[in-house]
Amino acid sequence: MTEDNIMSRINRSIDFMAGRKIAGILSIILIVLSIGSLAVNQLKLGLDFTGGTLVEVGFEQAPELEALRLQLENAGFEDVTVQNFGSERDVLVRLAQGFSPTVGNEVLGAIKQNEAYTVELKRAEFVGAQVGEELRDQGGIGMLLALALVMVYVALRFQFKFSVASVAALAHDVIIMLGLFSILQLDFDLTVLAAVLAVIGYSLNDTIVVSDRIRENFRRLRTGSPIEIVNVSLNQTLGRTLITSLTTLLVLLALFFFGGELIHNFAIALLVGVLVGTYSSIYVAANILLMMNIDRDDLIVPETEGEVVDDRP
Amino acid sequence: MINKYPLWKYLLIITVVVMGFIYALPNLYPDDPAVQLTGQRGSVQLTDTELNKAAKALDRAGISYFGQSVENNSGLIRFKSDADQLKAKTVIQQALGDNYVVALNLAPTTPQWLVDIGAGPMKLGLDLRGGVHFLMEVDMKEAIAQRNEVYISEIKTLLRTERLRYRRITRDDGVISIRFKDEELREKATFLLRNEFADFTQVEREADNSFYLDLQLSEEAVRNIEDYAVKQNLTTLRNRVNELGVSEPIVQRQGRNRIVIELPGVQDTAAAKRVLGATANLEFRLEARSDSNTLDTEEYPFRNNPNRLATLERDIIITGNSVSNAQSAFDENGVPQVNIDLDSQGGKLMNRATRNNIRRRMAVLFVEHKIKTTVVEHAGEKVEKRTPYVEKHIISLATIQSALGNSFRITGLDAPGEASELALLLRAGSLAAPIYFVEERTIGPSLGKENIELGVTSVQIGMALVVIFMLAFYKVFGIIANLALTANLVMLAALMSMMSATLTLPGIAGIVLTLGMAVDANVLIFSRIKEELNNGMSPQMAIHAGFERAFVTIFDANLTTLLVAVILFAVGTGPVKGFAVTLSLGILTSMFTAIMVTRALVNVVYGGRQLKKLSI
Repeated sequence: MTEDNIMSRINRSIDFMAGRKIAGILSIILIVLSIGSLAVNQLKLGLDFTGGTLVEVGFEQAPELEALRLQLENAGFEDVTVQNFGSERDVLVRLAQGFSPTVGNEVLGAIKQNEAYTVELKRAEFVGAQVGEELRDQGGIGMLLALALVMVYVALRFQFKFSVASVAALAHDVIIMLGLFSILQLDFDLTVLAAVLAVIGYSLNDTIVVSDRIRENFRRLRTGSPIEIVNVSLNQTLGRTLITSLTTLLVLLALFFFGGELIHNFAIALLVGVLVGTYSSIYVAANILLMMNIDRDDLIVPETEGEVVDDRP
Repeated sequence: MINKYPLWKYLLIITVVVMGFIYALPNLYPDDPAVQLTGQRGSVQLTDTELNKAAKALDRAGISYFGQSVENNSGLIRFKSDADQLKAKTVIQQALGDNYVVALNLAPTTPQWLVDIGAGPMKLGLDLRGGVHFLMEVDMKEAIAQRNEVYISEIKTLLRTERLRYRRITRDDGVISIRFKDEELREKATFLLRNEFADFTQVEREADNSFYLDLQLSEEAVRNIEDYAVKQNLTTLRNRVNELGVSEPIVQRQGRNRIVIELPGVQDTAAAKRVLGATANLEFRLEARSDSNTLDTEEYPFRNNPNRLATLERDIIITGNSVSNAQSAFDENGVPQVNIDLDSQGGKLMNRATRNNIRRRMAVLFVEHKIKTTVVEHAGEKVEKRTPYVEKHIISLATIQSALGNSFRITGLDAPGEASELALLLRAGSLAAPIYFVEERTIGPSLGKENIELGVTSVQIGMALVVIFMLAFYKVFGIIANLALTANLVMLAALMSMMSATLTLPGIAGIVLTLGMAVDANVLIFSRIKEELNNGMSPQMAIHAGFERAFVTIFDANLTTLLVAVILFAVGTGPVKGFAVTLSLGILTSMFTAIMVTRALVNVVYGGRQLKKLSI
């Protein structure tokens, strides 16, 4: 491969970095919206994090939700919320009350008072307030720890500027994911937290592939401005980025449509995360690298790595 | 020669893949619904006789069964359907009586040759097979308080035998204060207790013309007590779970003061919780003499008549913890009773106490630790407040006719059910410290089945989509990538089976996600090959360069994802841990299949040939 060869292809390829200002503004708008919603609406935390009691009941025929709620309140339950879960015949009953060993059967009993209903207990969950709080703390610490470790790893493997760029890209993804869950008021539970962490892993994967190419190209192309080099690198990895995102999105769509209600939010989180992650590895990470004035001096080849020279045919 | 592996490398790869296939195989054999029969205690044998009895009962009830066997003192009977299994449980329990535990079980159908090489199917998590998950917290403060109570009793005895007169011993928030009349007595006591009760730190102080010795447990001693309390509770809970008759239960310590219990297949959670959480215990105490110091006595109501009170000595002779065996029975008048056997230490204590107190009356106190949960408004938020309290009732107060030994009986219980539950609790051991439920999840069996079906469907569809896509996009190389992807799925299943990891619903999601991400390594390699071809490299050179150059990227990218998966494992619980496990194992297997297996296949197809172009 010759240098001319590559540089001549710049003209044929997409000039990603031309749009970097617009992308930057878009990212900032999304982040501001997300943080705003997180501040105002907050996350609708699921049972795992709030603590409380939840009973899932399967009905033979779809019940009238409002009537069901009234019936439960009349039976003496306080602060009852009733919602469909997945299908019209599945109902999730949430109670603010503390722990009682028989709550599942009590709710079932109260529902059975109305003889029109044929019901079955699907699951009953109780999470103590303190456990919820601990899970919340653990989740937060986990996320921060993941970001910190990634930063250290990238700083060691690449260079400090790359590490700032990739962590910024990850934070960008995480904030937008959380923001979306806040705006849509979707339940944020442990599985969604798992999805957020998985997206950190996934988006990082993408960012590293791009960074790897940027580093390689800085080392072997002696001409071209940093912007051009970033553009070349993005173009070279574009095919791979799109295909991988596409295959991942395909399986996620399978999960979303066929995986069942319990992992519905998990699938949504990952779908959003993969989309945003793909975007961020093109625009956010590369953009920040340029903003930090990345150049050849940052990436002097250590003498032991002689691969660039050897590769010439 | 470029793009050729040495023979040993091919053989190695083939061996690994074949091994993976063999060890993944047991997952294709679905489990049979079954019931498991065991004796209630170690001493009750389960033999062919009981199995035949059960079989006959099933015949009479018209339930079809097969594959009954006895092994290691436990019997197994298999059924065609879940409905049969449920009906059979009731029938067999009636036929065998209370001395046997009849538990629902899933019996693996792994062929013998696979069992012989140590292969077995993956375990299914509760969300896939139904059951209950409990998280219980041990009340450490109460554990310390209880221990201090025992210490106080011992200290009193010691001071009395050494004839060191004290005025009063009180306990306040972990500090035991002994009050003395003068300094000399306190000096002697301090010296004595320093040797005998080394676990305490001693502080001397003077107030109100009296001399106090304050004893506080050292931090190490507190930790030991806490540790002991959790371990003791673990043992007790294990015993209780065994008495419940659940197959493959999990009873594990989690963190400093929590215990996780998972009972697969259990549906009657109320009964399970009553037995697990029950804190009933017994205390044996002498009735106070009429001239006793009121500070040394306590007054308790009777259980069957709360208005009737009796004054008992504060000192406890023994508690239910000294019970080695207990059986419920009826006396000659048909009144329920519990026959109790004490361990040797308890027997000695009981004998000593009763020998010297014939004609006095001894009370049996029924002790229950309960927790009142109230919701209080605190700073505008509703906060749960848990207040533990203890209920003690006298269940019998009888005159000691003669010195008691290791076995005796107690009466005064309301109903046969209560007697048998008390016997169970005494047998299984009491809880060293009260515990309460902090988390509970029940998953119905139908939901479990549904989850498996959904999970399997999404894996199949996800896999199909990726396979079609790769085929359309990369042609021959696509076929190769798909073979590698299949190998990846098989190896992932094999690895999880070998580690007997638990598969959960998020775990299945992890597999699906791994499928999508596993092709990433192949995509990286193939894009690189395409690129090198476009740059004018020869096909063989392009293949070589593609694999070489993509490797660093794949390695970096996967390692960081692995890093995140490990964190996920550390902070997650239950199902999320399952996700972390499949994700990290998936990364490892995909590194192997996407790099080694793909390379081997590409070498076999294209290696060592003159190539004009590649189908990529």
